[in-house]
Amino acid sequence: MSADAGFTRAETCVIACADAWRGSGEVMASPFGNIPALGARLAKLTFAPDLVLTDGEAALMVGAPPLATKGGDLVREAAMPYRSVFDVVWSGRRHIMMMASQIDRTGNQNISAIGDHGRPKVQLVGVRGAPGNSVNHPTSYWVPDHTVRTFVEHVDVVSGVGYARAAAAGPGATRFHDVRRVVSNLGVFDFETADRTMRLRSFHPGTTVEDIVGATAFALDIPDDVAETRMPTPEELDLLRTVLDPGALRDREVKN
Amino acid sequence: MADKRTTIDDIVGELRSGMTIGIGGWGSRRKPMALVRALCRSDLRDLTIVAYGGPDVGLLCASGKVRKVVCGFVTLDSIALDPHWRAARQHGMVEVMEVDEGMFFQGLQAAAWRVPFLPTRAGLGSDVLAINPDLRLVRSPYGADSPFLADPADADVDLVAMPALHLHAALVHTNRADAAGNGQILSPDAFFDPLFLGAAERRFITTERMVENGKLSEEGPLSTVVIHRLLTDGVAETPGGAHFTANPPDYGRDEAFQKEYAASAADPVEWEAFSQRYLHVSEDEYRAHVRERGTR
Repeated sequence: MSADAGFTRAETCVIACADAWRGSGEVMASPFGNIPALGARLAKLTFAPDLVLTDGEAALMVGAPPLATKGGDLVREAAMPYRSVFDVVWSGRRHIMMMASQIDRTGNQNISAIGDHGRPKVQLVGVRGAPGNSVNHPTSYWVPDHTVRTFVEHVDVVSGVGYARAAAAGPGATRFHDVRRVVSNLGVFDFETADRTMRLRSFHPGTTVEDIVGATAFALDIPDDVAETRMPTPEELDLLRTVLDPGALRDREVKN
Repeated sequence: MADKRTTIDDIVGELRSGMTIGIGGWGSRRKPMALVRALCRSDLRDLTIVAYGGPDVGLLCASGKVRKVVCGFVTLDSIALDPHWRAARQHGMVEVMEVDEGMFFQGLQAAAWRVPFLPTRAGLGSDVLAINPDLRLVRSPYGADSPFLADPADADVDLVAMPALHLHAALVHTNRADAAGNGQILSPDAFFDPLFLGAAERRFITTERMVENGKLSEEGPLSTVVIHRLLTDGVAETPGGAHFTANPPDYGRDEAFQKEYAASAADPVEWEAFSQRYLHVSEDEYRAHVRERGTR
């Protein structure tokens, strides 16, 4: 990414994350990672004003405050303890963007363990809410380091459920299943193909389709007319740089 | 009215090796750490720990107390993964029943409601079913001809039957409590603490400060007294009893101490030093050692 473009890779990623929530309406946006958190806030301040954001503890926040806002400076509008979060999850009024240590061609995600689950080579945080999230409400993923080790043919432990697994599990799993979007540091992906496998939706400015293919361990669906990820608008860049993230935390998650 | 006041040593004295023990809190937040430390220095072993896991799980694993952990995660919040838990898992030292954190909630709820399971979509299609081969599905008895069916997509649908998570004992930390066993949580999230108590045969709470029965409403709105005395058998006063986890409004997480705890996973010598200084001591000595560090 050159300075000539006038924006950084991290800023492109924020925009791509924000766009994942476009049209979501009045739902709880639950972002994991600084760049998805900035994306959700930017979306709320611009084209998705009805999004509901939590303070990361046990409340819903008013507005979309800067990322580094201290707890005491937040304005809260309602209580949202974990007990209530599950009511929201199972009601479907949520669109989460989780991270993925591994993601595969049909949208399975792994955050549990690398290797055999019985005795992991690398223990990860655990499945957390991924199994329930992915079969109850729209679920997107953020992968800040797109490589053949993160975009894998088959994940080691299916935590978040992909399309083929949901279909095999039956209507109980498919009724509300919706793996909406995958955003990486290289591009944007979805599953809007006939066989519900991963498609390149756009490549970020400064990368190429070849870069992405080389960093992906499975065959991506690549439309002939695939385009670059959209550029931030001047208003979005200004909000991001002067209001939401003047300390440039975004650049620590994705290097230019 | 029964006086339920007791001590952490007497609570631990009621526990036995091989028991299934639920621990309240969430991650590195409002964990009953004084009781966890007492468990670490006890001669109990082969415990099954049921928790929204934090340093409680890491400490007990590193102390060799644990046979099995039932959890959806083990995290220190500001440190993504407890390194003691990572080590225990990667060395194959503990069994795990790893489930979705919502399934976990339903398991506690089923136990508290005395039903054998509760149905949920959570888990369908995921490897939670593969890594826990004893989990079963249940088919909805409401078919296309049922007057109760709200949506045809749910006719005869298969769901996960999350089994009740029965606990022999539950341990929970509160901000305030009284001798009758009412517990008050002034921090913003009660997590699933009342459910842990509801799911258990023996129910113990610790508290920052005891107040007179009837006076909890002077500490905060009565709606914060989410643990009523029907849920408790014993209550022990343990000032600083959640240290080093977050316990607002009494205190936040002691991040510097947590880093020292995490660093002690690096090698057995470090762990032995940590363990001798902070676990194999009384609570009074523990608090003195914490004060000497100067971060609290």
